[in-house]
Amino acid sequence: MVAWLHRRRGLTPYMLLAPGLGFLAVFFVVPLGFLGYQSLQSGNIDFGYAFTWAWGNYKSAVTDYRAEFVRSIEYAGIATVLALVLSYPVAYWIAFRGGRWKNLLLLMIVAPFFVTYLIRTLAWETILSDNGLVVRTLVHLHLVSPGGHLLATSTAVVAGITYNFLPFMALPLYVSLEQIDQRLIEAAQDLYASNWKAFIRVTVPLSLPGVVAGTLLTFIPAAGDFINAQLLGAPQNHMIGNVIQSKFLELTDYPAAAAMSFILMGAILVGVILYARAVGTEQLSGSAV
Amino acid sequence: MTQSQFTRQELLRRGLAGSALLTVPGLLAACGSGSKSAATTTGGTQQMAKTLHFSNWTLYIDVNNKTKSHPSLQEFQQKYGTHVDYVEDINDNASYFGKIQGALSRGQSINRDIVVLTDNDRYLSLMIKKGWAEKLDKSAIPNIKNLVEVQRHPTFDPNREYSLPWQSGMTGIAYNDKLTDPVLTVTDLLENPKLKGKVTSLNSMGDALTLVMLANGDDPSHVTDKSFNAAFARIKKAVDDKQIRQFTGNDYAPSLAKGDLAAAMSWSGDIAQIGNSHIHWNVPKDGGALWTDNMLIPKGGNVYTASVYMNYVYDPAVMGLMEAGDPKRNITGIYYIPPVIGAKAAALKLNPSVANNELIFPSAETLSQVHLFDSAALNNQKYLTQWQNLISG
Repeated sequence: MVAWLHRRRGLTPYMLLAPGLGFLAVFFVVPLGFLGYQSLQSGNIDFGYAFTWAWGNYKSAVTDYRAEFVRSIEYAGIATVLALVLSYPVAYWIAFRGGRWKNLLLLMIVAPFFVTYLIRTLAWETILSDNGLVVRTLVHLHLVSPGGHLLATSTAVVAGITYNFLPFMALPLYVSLEQIDQRLIEAAQDLYASNWKAFIRVTVPLSLPGVVAGTLLTFIPAAGDFINAQLLGAPQNHMIGNVIQSKFLELTDYPAAAAMSFILMGAILVGVILYARAVGTEQLSGSAV
Repeated sequence: MTQSQFTRQELLRRGLAGSALLTVPGLLAACGSGSKSAATTTGGTQQMAKTLHFSNWTLYIDVNNKTKSHPSLQEFQQKYGTHVDYVEDINDNASYFGKIQGALSRGQSINRDIVVLTDNDRYLSLMIKKGWAEKLDKSAIPNIKNLVEVQRHPTFDPNREYSLPWQSGMTGIAYNDKLTDPVLTVTDLLENPKLKGKVTSLNSMGDALTLVMLANGDDPSHVTDKSFNAAFARIKKAVDDKQIRQFTGNDYAPSLAKGDLAAAMSWSGDIAQIGNSHIHWNVPKDGGALWTDNMLIPKGGNVYTASVYMNYVYDPAVMGLMEAGDPKRNITGIYYIPPVIGAKAAALKLNPSVANNELIFPSAETLSQVHLFDSAALNNQKYLTQWQNLISG
């Protein structure tokens, strides 16, 4: 046996890959295949479902729930941009000025993750509460009308999503900023670049892998989220995740829900491919380094 | 060095082979239609099982506040020698049904002897219609004579062959008196401009529509397209006008206590449990809804053991303790509405303040104001889809 393995050293990488591939095959590819199969079924829970190549599920998903699809992309997009704007300075500061506090500061970014997602979102329900400090302050500043509220508005939903996914943006940004060779920035300054110019011409391009990874890690789960919309939004703010959830669990209309899941997956995949082509695939793989 | 490397590789290979061996039969068993467990537990033998597997909703049984144990279940074990494996894993009817329907549709047992589902959602009748419920062993349930009259012939199970009520509750309006004048009608709730953005509706179609149909002067126990459309349009208008802020399960209760909400469609038991003196609950002037959670033996469950347990809880003394608790022994009760005749008399001895609470032991007059929702409408896919689209999109 030992000799056999010795002769087939080339197999080692595949054997190392096997557990991961096996896991993905059983828990990702198989369910995905089943979901695809289900999305082309027709019928109902009373009489059972049958596979009928029911492409109509896809058509009605798009025509009936266009608003929710658009809203999901919109909210996830805004939240991603906000998360980028908020976390870039933070990641920059930790990477370049964090010094011996780096690890502690990073821990602070991750700290909210020690609490479950649901509880964090419920906490925002309290933070944005009608009688809470935030709303009272905004009323005082005439940004919210007296007697108005933030909960059950799109603002609350986007704020919740931004908060919940912020670490997914901040950490990749930190990693790519931290790897930048400071001597390159010094060299730029030696060549009479202003601080600003050095930042724009050297730091930003070198941090792009982190930006790409961060935006993808934020946007993709945010587009499918439904907890924030459910707890912080009004019915008018519900996203496609809410519709899928209700189709699966409330209406037991599994084919329609499966079709919507596929459309969402497809839309995100197309978006990611376009994005990757626009910024270059090396940025995408560069972030893995 | 090479020696140790090879051992490690070999270990990995063996591990892989081993896990493949472990998972393949498991997968086959999971995918196959083998219903071994279902076949063995469904016996007609009148013998108690060692364990009774009971799935129920959260906070829905008597509890000893010090030990966190359930006194009625301990007494059951002492009396019959059967341990009750009590699991609080039901949060709403639809998702629980989603969890169990896969196994049941393949003829497999779900390893439960009793589950509890609500009559104003479609899944209770669906379980019976699909043949996924076992018939009760009525010879083991002489106490069925204590079942309150109004619950004896429900439309989904006219002779109570498959189900018995666990608890009932009423749906009405709750309001916070610090934020609003009393809200006593659905019209006030849905159309009073002072309450704009400060009210919620329940996300259960049966509850919400019963209240609105009664306010419209329609009969919720016989729903027609006309009465459905009228009630639906009225709620939709309140959503479009931003009068209704959200659709909720019982998560409206903390918001009402915090003051984010002034008033809400609400379940009586939630308000009894909160015990906040500023929050009041009432049956709306035009009437409220009555719903009942029912015990059911899913296919493959142990019929005799489950039936003996049902008989046990239909003993008025047992139900009295479960309902009202016992302050002397630091036991908190369920605080919903028991379906057992004589439970009030038993509760009076243990906890008079609960026994006299109108929300827990309602008077005949209150009960005459609450109505059941049409079970056919609950299974009307067109209505359900319209309703879900309203509340989730």
